[in-house]
Amino acid sequence: MMDEHFASGNSQLHRRNPKVKIIVAIAFITVVAVTNNFTVATVALIAAVLLISFAHLAPGSVAKRLLAVNSFIVFLWLTLPLTYGGEQTIRFGSIALSQEGIHIATLITLKANAIILALIALLGTSTIAHLGHALDSLGLSKRLCFLLLFSYRYIFVIHNEYKKLSRALKIRCFVPATNIHTYRTYGYLFGMTLVRSWNRASRVHQAMLLRGFNGQLIPLDTKTINRNDYFFLATSLLLTFVLAILPLF
Amino acid sequence: MLELKNVRYTYPGTDQPILKNLNFEVADKRIGLIGANGSGKTTLFHLLIGLLNPDEGELLLHGQPVTTKETLRALRKEVGFLFQSSDDQLFSPTVIEDVAFGPLNLGFPPEEAREIAVKTLHNLGLTGFEERITHRLSGGEKKLVALATILSMQPKILLLDEPTNNLDPKTRSRLIDILKGLDQHQIIISHDWDFLSHTTTILYEIAHGHIHRCEEDHVHVHRHVHKAGDHPHHHQHSS
Repeated sequence: MMDEHFASGNSQLHRRNPKVKIIVAIAFITVVAVTNNFTVATVALIAAVLLISFAHLAPGSVAKRLLAVNSFIVFLWLTLPLTYGGEQTIRFGSIALSQEGIHIATLITLKANAIILALIALLGTSTIAHLGHALDSLGLSKRLCFLLLFSYRYIFVIHNEYKKLSRALKIRCFVPATNIHTYRTYGYLFGMTLVRSWNRASRVHQAMLLRGFNGQLIPLDTKTINRNDYFFLATSLLLTFVLAILPLF
Repeated sequence: MLELKNVRYTYPGTDQPILKNLNFEVADKRIGLIGANGSGKTTLFHLLIGLLNPDEGELLLHGQPVTTKETLRALRKEVGFLFQSSDDQLFSPTVIEDVAFGPLNLGFPPEEAREIAVKTLHNLGLTGFEERITHRLSGGEKKLVALATILSMQPKILLLDEPTNNLDPKTRSRLIDILKGLDQHQIIISHDWDFLSHTTTILYEIAHGHIHRCEEDHVHVHRHVHKAGDHPHHHQHSS
């Protein structure tokens, strides 16, 4: 669950400053997300594939992530061509497929895959800790950065608390069914998980205070922005800009 | 150097004080603290480090009352507290970040903080743990790393709350060796008599809200049975 194996590499993309990667990711995603243009979406997907090839990630793991996203898109393919309507329709006996529906479904597929690949290539190649610190230095609210960093650290622990409690249910022969007893038990389970997480949060806060924490999270390795980072930033933003104005030609 | 004077503490929502008329001074180098569950041992630690404020009485560091934010900061720099649960203590993603967290907060620049962290880990025999993910360490490793996060702040007093809980015999004896080799004053809460006999020279007991010093060594011989052969210990000379 908490694997960051995409982040442990040494490619050009891994070595880029997370701040720069966040800016590029935001620009690229914005352009791709708002476009209705087929060419833009196709070029964006090609660009994203190129980007991910620079990151030298295991193709199998990347494919697995894509599969997860595309399993949602399958539902669009099942519904859009049948329900979109529009003028041009293709008929197979009694089933009418909307050409516009197919068009939209293709566009969404291209866009979604381009965005996911770009996100994996740009953000997946930094650890959450580095991204958190980068967001902080980009001016995101400190509270949100803490929230990100600590959710990341403690989701695992909270999940463990939850597992412990549900194990306690199982060994006492609890079998969920559709009845009040089940609802009440699940209520206790979630309530108890919440209480325990809260208690843990206050203990962690104490531990931080005891070690001199005063609201400022100081990163251990301050990543400087070097010439390669500026080059990457400038090129990527230029290409993204070209992508955005492509429909004008 | 660190002292509680005439302290009384009541937990909110209860009417009986858990500690009353309590006087305690960290005068000796190796102090063991015993008492039944719920007798107030951990509460005493929380009072000593300013996590709880007494209803009555005061906390003194080098004879000066600890009241302001600055004195509290000075206190927490000098006193390190090892929690019962290491999961509460380790919150950074990697070991090195966690061990460097204290030095960074004390104002050391990142390179120096890293150096201090690496050195502290090395002293505890944890070289190579720097980039390990904290929540994936074993229980024993977590305990030693948690100790490192405190030692990296170079405290003068250590408060250790049941440090041997859930440790296997090997890690336990490693911890004994480490604690024996440390120069700091140590106050150890434990139910592990054997551990206390190795690491402390004086015992205090908390009972009924009061603390009192236990009697000194009392040597005696007794017979006992090992139902599992060589466990829990092996006798060198059979008599």
